[in-house]
Amino acid sequence: MSTTLPVLKPSDFTSDQDVRWCPGCGDYSILAQMKKVLPEIGIAPEKTVFVSGIGCSSRFPYYINSYGIHSIHGRAPAIATGLKVARPDLTVWVITGDGDALSIGGNHFVHVLRRNVDVNYILFNNRIYGLTKGQYSPTSFEGQITKSTPMGAVDHPLNPMLLALGAEATFIARSVDSNVKHLAQTLKRAAEHKGTSFVEIYQNCNVFNDGAFGYASDKATRDDTTIEIEHGKPMIFGKDRDKGIRLNGLSPEVVDLKTSGVKEDDLLFHDERGDVLHALLLARMRHPEFPEPIGVLRAVQVPTFDDAMRHQMTEAVAKKGKGDLHKLLTSGDTWHVE
Amino acid sequence: MPIESLQPSSAKPAKPVKPVERVRGVTIRLVGDSGDGMQLLGTQLTNTSALAGNDIATFPDFPAEIRAPRGTRAGVSGFQVQFAAHEVHTPGDTLDALVALNPAALVTNLNDLRKGGLLIVNEDSFEDKDLKLAKLKTSPLEEPSMENYRLVRVGMTKITKQAVAEFGLGGKESDRCKNFFAMGLVYWLYGRSLDATVRFIHGKFAAGAPVVAQANEKALRAGWAYGETIEAFGNSYQVEAANLPAGHYRNIMGNQAMALGLVAAGMRSNKEVFYASYPITPASDILHEMVKYKNFGVCTFQAEDEIAAVCSAIGAAYGGQMAVTTSSGPGIALKGEGIGLAIMLELPMIIINVQRGGPSTGLPTKTEQSDLLQAMFGRNGESPLPILAASSPGDCFEIIQEAWMIATRLMVPVIVLSDGYLANGSEPWLIPDVAKLSPIVITHPDGASASSTFLPYGRDELLSRPWAIPGTPGLMHRVGGIEKENGTGDISYDPENHQLMTNIRAQKVANAAKLLPAQAVTGPQSGELLVVSWGGTNGACLTAVQQALSEGRSVAHAHLRYLNPLPHNLGDILKQYETILIAELNSGQLRMLIRSQYLVDAIGLNKVQGKPFMVAEVYEKICELSSPAPADAVLTSRAG
Repeated sequence: MSTTLPVLKPSDFTSDQDVRWCPGCGDYSILAQMKKVLPEIGIAPEKTVFVSGIGCSSRFPYYINSYGIHSIHGRAPAIATGLKVARPDLTVWVITGDGDALSIGGNHFVHVLRRNVDVNYILFNNRIYGLTKGQYSPTSFEGQITKSTPMGAVDHPLNPMLLALGAEATFIARSVDSNVKHLAQTLKRAAEHKGTSFVEIYQNCNVFNDGAFGYASDKATRDDTTIEIEHGKPMIFGKDRDKGIRLNGLSPEVVDLKTSGVKEDDLLFHDERGDVLHALLLARMRHPEFPEPIGVLRAVQVPTFDDAMRHQMTEAVAKKGKGDLHKLLTSGDTWHVE
Repeated sequence: MPIESLQPSSAKPAKPVKPVERVRGVTIRLVGDSGDGMQLLGTQLTNTSALAGNDIATFPDFPAEIRAPRGTRAGVSGFQVQFAAHEVHTPGDTLDALVALNPAALVTNLNDLRKGGLLIVNEDSFEDKDLKLAKLKTSPLEEPSMENYRLVRVGMTKITKQAVAEFGLGGKESDRCKNFFAMGLVYWLYGRSLDATVRFIHGKFAAGAPVVAQANEKALRAGWAYGETIEAFGNSYQVEAANLPAGHYRNIMGNQAMALGLVAAGMRSNKEVFYASYPITPASDILHEMVKYKNFGVCTFQAEDEIAAVCSAIGAAYGGQMAVTTSSGPGIALKGEGIGLAIMLELPMIIINVQRGGPSTGLPTKTEQSDLLQAMFGRNGESPLPILAASSPGDCFEIIQEAWMIATRLMVPVIVLSDGYLANGSEPWLIPDVAKLSPIVITHPDGASASSTFLPYGRDELLSRPWAIPGTPGLMHRVGGIEKENGTGDISYDPENHQLMTNIRAQKVANAAKLLPAQAVTGPQSGELLVVSWGGTNGACLTAVQQALSEGRSVAHAHLRYLNPLPHNLGDILKQYETILIAELNSGQLRMLIRSQYLVDAIGLNKVQGKPFMVAEVYEKICELSSPAPADAVLTSRAG
């Protein structure tokens, strides 16, 4: 006789809390796709933990019927690391935003990636501080007018993918909030990857930074401004799939497949398991000079931090035997007083 | 005398033939360059004296720099130990003996040597270049004040070199053996066995450099033989075993006891220990200890910073483990927001602060008790938590057991205060009988028995909440730093609820007093003066009070191990004495708390010099604040 596991539905992951994001916020779409993907992954709600920091996106855990921690600004990766190492049986998601992850939490961002802790790290990038009502963020562009930069931001923005590559993250992907099919697919890939799965989602803040990624989300333009990358496939984009990316030395260039005479085989083929350099070239492709890659940029298998930590504990028992408290306390030079 | 005659031939030194003088106790300080291995020597002397059955207390004192310029005053490292045939609670005030390996070490420590005390110097290191490094124009050995001491000049460098010549070591390597020569001399002087140190030498060097091990042993034995042979020492001393409570003992340092305490508490509560830390003096040694215990279910995480350390511990606590983070004052400052989150989430964890001199970087290797108010108030909002303070190196073990019991019973993070003096100081420790350590019972709610409306912030009689852990079906819940509704834990901005939750978090911590024993007092239960102390100053205060008591003064001592909440009977105790003296190594932090809570006009004895109290300092203050006993009372007291 076999026992069948109950089939999970998106509603199984819906909490009893009212969602309090602004109407029209890109977060709704991400929440919906997450609820769609979670049953497909097949991990029980009680084995799932969402950990977030501070910001609009960080309210996310309240809206999922799983275990969850809405923590403090920037620290979600550190909390998730402790949780995952302590409880490797759990599936841990980190939900964060551009300010939370890259400004106040920049240190933890780098370290969770370089350690390759087995958590799914989802960055909602909207290039603005929403919850504090509209200050510029580390991903705001130079010259961006915001509440705290009336004369335009003077800082150079941070490219999250480049930073992730600097930490040699084992899984790096990008998607767009309104591209629901692609988003669901990407979240699923992230969940399937063992190690830190870093996903940057272009997310629209319709109140404080509306249309920041309009070029990438607008159906009219997105085929020309983004390129859906697939492992082993040539890099072709455009509404009519008539443009491609070719390497010229170490620099990518856009070529017109109709007029230039360049063939598909001459194009750059995407290799998500390739050298960091390949991912680096793709991560450097920014709008408007290039179509921005969406999809899985890099996915390589490397032992995870939590496994390695647990392994040392198991190995210590194998070598020294299970700890004996009496022996430990009475070890070394001791003496007896009658 | 010819060097050859100093070569001991037998494996064991011959029984001393010089007369032996019995003394009750000895305070000795070994000082030299921070590269001379003074801490190692001190530890060896301590262990050997402990094994001889003496009661001991130690005080290592070293610079923050790993290798300050050689021979300079900044590079002086010292180790003080008092070993005695009676109970001791401090490393001693004035020195009976000082061993100085260079001029800088001599001039920076000579003030603490009593008149007539024994001064042993390495004569070979008093050359012009050494004097220059110590910024001295003339040799202090030629000063007339040397007549105040029993000065013994020993050419340690040269004698050691010859003693170990047969091993063919390089100049530097053979020079390094001189500390063991000095050690051998000290061992002879106090009739100590060489066995433990010989074992140590071979354990430490045998695998990598067996020749070095042999040379060090030779130097040690040469030092012993030198004492026995030269005429400068007329006799050696004997300190009998102390009358300690019966049982099995080992020598233990505070940081060591802390680590063993964590391992024990984890096992008693059937929990893995998740230990997260970022390197900081003087707390790092706890991490160095914990990494050895992975086979006890200890998971150690060296985090990227102090904040990640406390936050990863919060994650582990949510996951149901025994979560611990350790640091010193500067790191605790960084952890502040995280500790606030743990208070808000109502998760159990242990936060250890091994205090050092502050503020800012302050005096990293020196001791102070100036983080009490930080522990009390160093967070935003009203965020109380229980605070416990260890009173001796060995007490670090017990305090962890109590902290974990409180943390899990009340679902609250607990701060444990230690300090540099306790962390690196050592004492004989009565090893607890593991069979008699009762389990620390922790229950997690089970999903199967849960009603349809699980209340993650429901309350029991002590206002504690259930510790439901991920993986439990049916109990899914979200926790967060935003104010939550009592019971459901849902986000709530309701004014009345915030008042209620603030009150609950405060009352819950206050309820810890119900779990803790009443405050005890040493000495009369009422009288003229009560000395109140906390943390590492217990030894000095207790010793001073005992001295004053033996002279018939009306003085008592209350040492606090629980600082928040304060013991439930403390208010009544304070009313029983005319004067309250609060001695602490800060400018009056406990005094501020006690004055505000009990409206008692307490007087402070305060010092912020990076050094522990001397017994004499406390004793003088006691004499100032209490009247001398009438003559007949003294007689009665002494007769009694």
